[in-house]
Amino acid sequence: MKVHLKVWRQRSAGDPGKIVNYDVADASPDMSFLELLDVLNEQLVLAGEDPVAFDHDCREGICGACSMVIDGQPHGPEKATTTCQLHLRHFRDGDTITIEPFRAGAFPVIKDLVVDRGAFDRIIQAGGYISAPTGAAPDAHATPVPKDHADRAFTAAACIGCGACVAACPNGSASLFLGAKITHLGELPQGQPERDSRVTAMVAQHDAEGFGGCTNTGECAVACPKEIPLDVISQLNRDYLAARKARRRSA
Amino acid sequence: MPSVLLKYVMAVTGAIMLLYLVLHMIGNLKIFFGPEALDGYSEWLRTLLEPALPRTGMLWIVRVVLAVSVVAHIVAAIVLARRARAARPVRYAHRQPVQGSYAARTMRWGGVIIALFVVYHLLDLTAGTLNPNGVPGAVYDNVAADFAPSHWYATLAYVIAVVTVGFHVRHGVWSALQTIGLSNAATQHALKTFALVFAVLLTAGFLAVPFAVTFGLV
Ligand code: SF4
Ligand code: FES
Repeated sequence: MKVHLKVWRQRSAGDPGKIVNYDVADASPDMSFLELLDVLNEQLVLAGEDPVAFDHDCREGICGACSMVIDGQPHGPEKATTTCQLHLRHFRDGDTITIEPFRAGAFPVIKDLVVDRGAFDRIIQAGGYISAPTGAAPDAHATPVPKDHADRAFTAAACIGCGACVAACPNGSASLFLGAKITHLGELPQGQPERDSRVTAMVAQHDAEGFGGCTNTGECAVACPKEIPLDVISQLNRDYLAARKARRRSA
Repeated sequence: MPSVLLKYVMAVTGAIMLLYLVLHMIGNLKIFFGPEALDGYSEWLRTLLEPALPRTGMLWIVRVVLAVSVVAHIVAAIVLARRARAARPVRYAHRQPVQGSYAARTMRWGGVIIALFVVYHLLDLTAGTLNPNGVPGAVYDNVAADFAPSHWYATLAYVIAVVTVGFHVRHGVWSALQTIGLSNAATQHALKTFALVFAVLLTAGFLAVPFAVTFGLV
């Protein structure tokens, strides 16, 4: 099949960047979207041009590296699918496809489609972990977890930190990512000791990175390749308010 | 202030204004019981809690609470809107909203329209300066003059504003419930339905008055 690509090209962070048109004549419907870009890059290299830079790692939908906005949707038009798992059979022969980087002030473009998502790492560093003593692992059955808590924690833990929620959000907010982490750790017994300090520190870091506030529009949950539900944001808000109350009590 | 807290301010002030709107809407419906009922209700609002409070004391308490809520709601909205804008300095060349309802996408401009209307509305039916009749205390006559067929532009402005309020409330109620942490997988659907029904009832209640006057039903 033949596709016409409009790709965002930007040499460096300081370069203004622009959309450049390319044609790929010999794409196969069985190719993944990243393989399409591989084919395009082979073409570009043979022509002596600079290949399109894009992020990728696992190519099996679990690492969250493959960030790009395809035809206006982060990770493209398929539901619950990362770019690397998106196949060309979902497009038609002769289609024009626009590819842009994730757009957010907190995700500056490094080159072409590659953005710096270090802001997410710093949010995790602020509190997205549990402190545990090292040594032999405790017996897995020593701490019982109610089934519904375990299920909800697992749903939230499916977040791969890809940043599609930010890319989709009209406010450039990372609330879905943040809510996923808060829910994931907050539902488990191991997450309890740091529950209040975690949410306070992570919310502060989120804002400091320049992400916007949530207006509960719901674009994020649609774009999320791991189908993180919108209500994790409600849980985030609830935990944040509870943490503030707790701080006032102990102050 | 963290965005999460600003959202909380918006939810709480929104709830205060919403409570007022419900009472206002119910009060308006007194027009269907005749001029005396409406004028009498307006007088009753002024004598509320007398003699514990001076005349119009309660009215002024409500006005002050509302004014504070309106200002806090607007200030929080402006701060959040500026943050949202700064969070996406470069726009997409190609991006259409997939999920966001019309109500969600028009919250900000809808809010501006409502704020402008409230100014006009106060000058019209509270102060009376912009009202064709404009007699203090003669609520029924003022309303009747306002929504008379010949004064159709006031009716049109009113209808546009009320429908805008309806959309604002439809997303606002749901959003506020989510902000104060009440939404979860089990309740999400019910909360959205509640917001929709609430918004439709409020809009219908407010629209009943101008339509009734314009079409000569009261
Ligand atoms: S919540 Fe979904 S869209 Fe956001 S970072 Fe996690 S996996 Fe990606
Ligand atoms: S490359 Fe790892 S999720 Fe797509």
